[in-house]
Amino acid sequence: MDNLSTASIASLIIDVSFFSAAFLFIYGLKRMSSPVTAASGIRVAGLGMLVAVVASFLYVFSVSDAALPYRTTNVILAAVALIIGLGWAWTSGKKVEMTAMPQMVALYNGMGGGAAAAIGAIELFRTSGQHTLIPLVVTVVGSLIGAISLSGSLIAWAKLDGRINGVWRVKGLQLINGTFFFATLALGLYIAFVEHGHAPVWMTAAFFILALIFGVLMTMPIGGADMPVVISLYNAFTGLAVGFEGFVLQNPALMIAGMVVGSAGTLLTLLMAKAMNRSVANVIFSNFGAAGDEEQGEMAGSMKPVDAGDAGINMRYASKVIIAPGYGLAVAQAQHKLFEFVKLLQDAGVDVKFAIHPVAGRMPGHMNVLLAEAGVPYDIIMDMEDINGEFKEADVAIVIGANDTVNPAARTNKSSPIYGMPILNVDMAKQVYVVKRGQGKGYSGVENELFFKDNTNMVYGDAQKVMVQMIQAVKSLDGGH
Amino acid sequence: MLTGFVALYIFMLAAFTGFEIIGRVPSILHTPLMSGSNFVHGIVVVGALFALLNATSITEQVIGFLGVLLGAGNAAGGYVVTERMLQMFKSSDKKKA
Repeated sequence: MDNLSTASIASLIIDVSFFSAAFLFIYGLKRMSSPVTAASGIRVAGLGMLVAVVASFLYVFSVSDAALPYRTTNVILAAVALIIGLGWAWTSGKKVEMTAMPQMVALYNGMGGGAAAAIGAIELFRTSGQHTLIPLVVTVVGSLIGAISLSGSLIAWAKLDGRINGVWRVKGLQLINGTFFFATLALGLYIAFVEHGHAPVWMTAAFFILALIFGVLMTMPIGGADMPVVISLYNAFTGLAVGFEGFVLQNPALMIAGMVVGSAGTLLTLLMAKAMNRSVANVIFSNFGAAGDEEQGEMAGSMKPVDAGDAGINMRYASKVIIAPGYGLAVAQAQHKLFEFVKLLQDAGVDVKFAIHPVAGRMPGHMNVLLAEAGVPYDIIMDMEDINGEFKEADVAIVIGANDTVNPAARTNKSSPIYGMPILNVDMAKQVYVVKRGQGKGYSGVENELFFKDNTNMVYGDAQKVMVQMIQAVKSLDGGH
Repeated sequence: MLTGFVALYIFMLAAFTGFEIIGRVPSILHTPLMSGSNFVHGIVVVGALFALLNATSITEQVIGFLGVLLGAGNAAGGYVVTERMLQMFKSSDKKKA
C-alpha cells in the first residue's frame, strides 16, 4: 500500500512537471521569435527541459512488474547514457565555430531523430504483450520518419562539414528512391497490420535498415547550397517523429513539443525555400547544378584582377559603399577585420551598408549572426528587399565570399539552374569588387556572369588578408596627409 | 488516457501553435529559431528514459541506452548552440541602447 502511494505521488509530480515543461517550451519559443527577448527564450525552454528530464527519473517508482528485476541496471544505464550524451554535446556545442553552426544543428537534429526511432524500435522489437493497431501504425510511421531524419541529417552534416564532396547521382535515382520508400513503408505497414507488431526480428531490423538507407539516398543527390532547406525539413521530421512516439508512450509533453516543432519547422522550411525562390519538392527532387555544367556556354569578356590596396583606396574616396558578404567571409574569419575597415571608411565620411541575401551564409539569418558576432550594428545591416534599390546609387559594391546570391544569371539567363532566384543587384553599382579565393565556381556549381562584367574587378586572395591589405592602404593614405 | 480524438485535438492545437509562433518572425531569427526548435524536440530524451527504465531485455536495454544517449545529445547540444547564437543578439542590443 505504501509503495502504491509513492507511485501515485511520483506520477503526479511527473504529470505536473511535464505540463510545466510543455508550457515553458511554447512560452520560450514565443520569446525566441523576437530579437529583444530571444536570449531569455532559450533559457525559459531550457528550464522546461531540465524539469522534465529530472522528473522523468521518477518513472522508477512506476515501472511494470516485468521490468522490476532490471530496474537497478536500467537506472544506471540511463544515468550513464545521459551523462555521456550531455557531456559530449555540451562540450562540442561550446567548441564549435559560428561558421560551423548549421552542420552542428544537423547533427543534433539527427540524434533526436535517432532517439525517436529508438523508442519506436523498442516497441516493435518487444515480443511480449499486446499491441493495439492505431498506436502500432503510429509507432511504425514515427520510426520511419525518425530513422530517415537520423541518416539524412548525418549526410547533411557530412556534406556541410566537407566530409562528403559533390553530389552523388545515378540515372533514374528518383525511381529507385520512390521504390525504396514505398517498399520500406509497405514493410512497416505489414509489420503493423499483418504481424500485429510481433514480426520476426529480422523483419523489424530490415525495416529500420531500409529506412536508414532511404534517408541516405534521399539526401545524397542534394547539393550543398540546398542543405539549409533540407536540414530545416529534417528538423520538422524529427519533431513529427517525436510527437508520434509521444502518442505511443502516452506522453503529452512529447506530443505537444514534437508537433509544435513539426509545424513550426515545416513553415520555416517553406519560408527558406521561398527565399531561394524554389519549392521544397524542387529542392528534393531536382538535379540542381548538375545540368548547369553542360548547358553553360563560354562567358564573354574576362576576369580582371585588381590589387587589394587600390580597391581599398578607391572605396575610401567613394561616397556610398555597399558590402555583400557571403559564406566565404565567415570561413576566412574576416568579419572582424571587415568591420575594422568599415569603421575606417565611416570615419572618412563614406556611407557604408551591408546587404544581406536571405540565404547568405548557410541558413537564413546565419550571416546576421556572424556579423553580430563581429559587433556590426543592426542599423547598417539591410535585408535584400530594402537595399536592392540602392545599388544603382552606390559608387562601389564589394562582394566578399558570396557567389550565387549575386549572380545576374538568376535574373537574365533562363537556362541557368538558378534562374528566378532573387539576387542582390550588385552589378548595378558603378564599380564592383569581388573578393574571392580563386577562380572556382559557387556552391551551386554555376558560373557567375558578374565576374566577367566590364565594371567588375576581382580581388583574389583570402578574405582576411585582403581586408588587412585594404586597411593598411587606407591607413597609410590618411597618415600621409 | 490519450486515445483517438483527444490525441488529435492535442496535435491540432500544437500544430497551430507552431505555425503562429513562426509566422511573424524576422528572417534574422530563422537560424536561431531553427536551432531553438531543434532543442525543443530534444524532449524525446524523456520518452527514451521512460522506455529504458521499463526495459525488460538486453535488446531493449541496448536500444534504450542508445535512445537516451542520442536524445540527451539533441537536448544539450541544441541548447548550447542556440544559447550561443542568441547571446550575440543580446550584446548587440546593449550596445545600441
